[in-house]
Amino acid sequence: MSLADLSRMLAVEERHIVELVEEGVITAIEIETAEWRFGGAEVRRARIALRLERDLGINLPGVALALELLEELEQLRRARGSRS
Amino acid sequence: MEFKDYYKVMGVARDATEAQIKQAYRKLARKYHPDVSKEPDAEARFKEVGEAYEVLRSPEKRAAYDRLGSGPRPGEDFRPPPDWGSGFEFSGAGPGAGESSADYSEFFESLFGRGAGRGRRGFESGHGADHHARVLLDLDSTLTGGSRSFTLRVPEIDAEGRISARERVLNVQVPKGILPGQTIRLAGQGAAPHGEGKAGDLYIEVEFQPHPLYRIEGRDLYLDLPVTPWEAALGATVKSPTPSGPVELKVPAGAHAGSKLRLKGRGIPSSPPGDFYVVLQIALPAAADDKARAAYRALAEAVPFNPRAGLGV
Repeated sequence: MSLADLSRMLAVEERHIVELVEEGVITAIEIETAEWRFGGAEVRRARIALRLERDLGINLPGVALALELLEELEQLRRARGSRS
Repeated sequence: MEFKDYYKVMGVARDATEAQIKQAYRKLARKYHPDVSKEPDAEARFKEVGEAYEVLRSPEKRAAYDRLGSGPRPGEDFRPPPDWGSGFEFSGAGPGAGESSADYSEFFESLFGRGAGRGRRGFESGHGADHHARVLLDLDSTLTGGSRSFTLRVPEIDAEGRISARERVLNVQVPKGILPGQTIRLAGQGAAPHGEGKAGDLYIEVEFQPHPLYRIEGRDLYLDLPVTPWEAALGATVKSPTPSGPVELKVPAGAHAGSKLRLKGRGIPSSPPGDFYVVLQIALPAAADDKARAAYRALAEAVPFNPRAGLGV
């Protein structure tokens, strides 16, 4: 979905989504005219990122780190689960 | 409804300081945030912790909550006392204002009203917060308007982080025609601003004390007026008190107990004004002497009448 759609869906300013991209919390796909598109996984990350920021008062670098660690945990749990 | 022990929810002692409460909240919020926690009831616990923090972090709400004591025994039903919140000044949005109330329990809403939580966006601008209070007024204040003096208790934190209640006397101009549940706004009487910005406002929600004569229903007033059996049966002109002074009322012949006489526009003088209803009650003179007894017996003979005919007896 586009930047405008994502910002409307999550009820935040477009500028804040841009911050998420700049921090590396989410990734955008740039198409020719430098318009951004966000895939489903990125939408999910954006939603979680905003919740962590708002509910736990974490700043964006912290949110980026938290998301990466959470995803790594998720992978480890899955890997451990499939072995048994 | 179920009583919630917010101190237990947050795992703090009843005399915990603000700093201890904030610390406990941060740890529990990180632990139970639904995006972080794998526990099955994480979301419910997160909301519960948030609600507990909302009450314990606010000196006003915490003081009011502490007055409830440690709550009834488990399994006992809990009801907030009828004068709950009267005379206390709360910061934050009052009942009816604010964002979605879906996040708060029935217990919280019964104490603090809908929308009284701050929502989870906790930033504050420089303006002072609005405060809310509820007071009991005498009915006359709305019938004629006029100034009234109140003492409000404002819970405050002292230097050690303990709560005390400062008393604050206010003189308020009560507008004529104000209705129960409406608010009087005192601009600039809420919290002082931090930094620049304006002081918040104080909203006083009005309720009425019971009146010796009149019942209040919305903007209408009701009076039970006793009349004699002959005044009701034969009709009469009787003198009745009304909110705006005594009037001569025409009781129509054939009136009975419960008959209502409506005086339009003579209720609470709001716009539009309410009505004043006189509800007739039949008062029986006692058969105290021979003359009275004879009169009653004569009436009984002259008018065979069974008021219980419709009861099947």
